[in-house]
Amino acid sequence: MLTISSALQAEIVAHARADHPDEACGVLAGPAGSDRPERFIPMTNAERSPTFYRFDSMEQLKVWREMDERDEEPVVIYHSHSATEAYPSRTDIAYASEPGAHYVLVSTRAPAETEFRSFRIVDGTVTEEEVRLGPDATAGTAPGNPRGTAAGPATGAAPE
Amino acid sequence: MSIEVRIPTILRSYTGGAKAVEGSGDTLAGLLSDLESRHGGLRERLVDDGGLRRFVNVYLNDEDVRFLGGLDAPVRDGDTVTVLPAVAGGAS
Repeated sequence: MLTISSALQAEIVAHARADHPDEACGVLAGPAGSDRPERFIPMTNAERSPTFYRFDSMEQLKVWREMDERDEEPVVIYHSHSATEAYPSRTDIAYASEPGAHYVLVSTRAPAETEFRSFRIVDGTVTEEEVRLGPDATAGTAPGNPRGTAAGPATGAAPE
Repeated sequence: MSIEVRIPTILRSYTGGAKAVEGSGDTLAGLLSDLESRHGGLRERLVDDGGLRRFVNVYLNDEDVRFLGGLDAPVRDGDTVTVLPAVAGGAS
C-alpha cells in the first residue's frame, strides 16, 4: 500500500497536466526506510515525448546525491501516460530499476479526470497496490494530531 | 588502488551489499575489468557488445562518462565513479 498526502498527490497530478501531452516524470523522496513520501521533486523528461520518458542524466545525479546527503531514498517514482491507461507498459517494466520504490502512474488521457494508481515492479512482475490518502507529510511528526491543513479525505492513515 | 565506485541498490548483489567499492585502472574499461575480478557479473550489467548499456548511467566525478569518451574515459586515483540505473519508461 502507498500512503501519500493529498498535497503530494495534487502536485503529481498538476505536473502531469502541465506537461500533457508529453509524459511527465519525477520522484517523491522520503527518509530512508520510512516508506513515507515527503518531498516532491519534478524531473525533466529528457525525451520530451508523448510516449516515452527518461530522467535527464545530470539532473538525476544531482537529485540522487542530494537524497544521499539527506539520508533519503526515492520512495515514489512517478510518470504519466497521456493517451493510455495508468498501468505499467512493457517498457516501464523492462526499465524498472528500483525494486523498493512505489511506481505511480497517472493518466491524463481524459481531460476531466486523472487516473492515479500505484504499483510495485520487481523482477518483471507488476503488483498493483492500494493508494491511501494520508495527512500532509509536514504534519507527520505529530501522529493523530495533524495540523489544520487540508488533508483531504484522510481515510484513517495508520499512525507511525 | 583508490578509485571509489558507488553502486546502486539494484546492483549490490554483486558487491556483497556494499554501497561503494574500490578499484583501479587507467580507463573506465580497465577499472571495470579490475572490479570484475572481485565482483563477478557486475561488468556485464554495465556493458554489452556495443559499449556502455543504454539504460545505465555512469558518471566520472560530476560528469556523465558518455561525454568523456565512454569506456575509453581516462580515470585516475582519487576519482569517484557513480553508477545509477536510468529512470525511464513510457507508454510506447
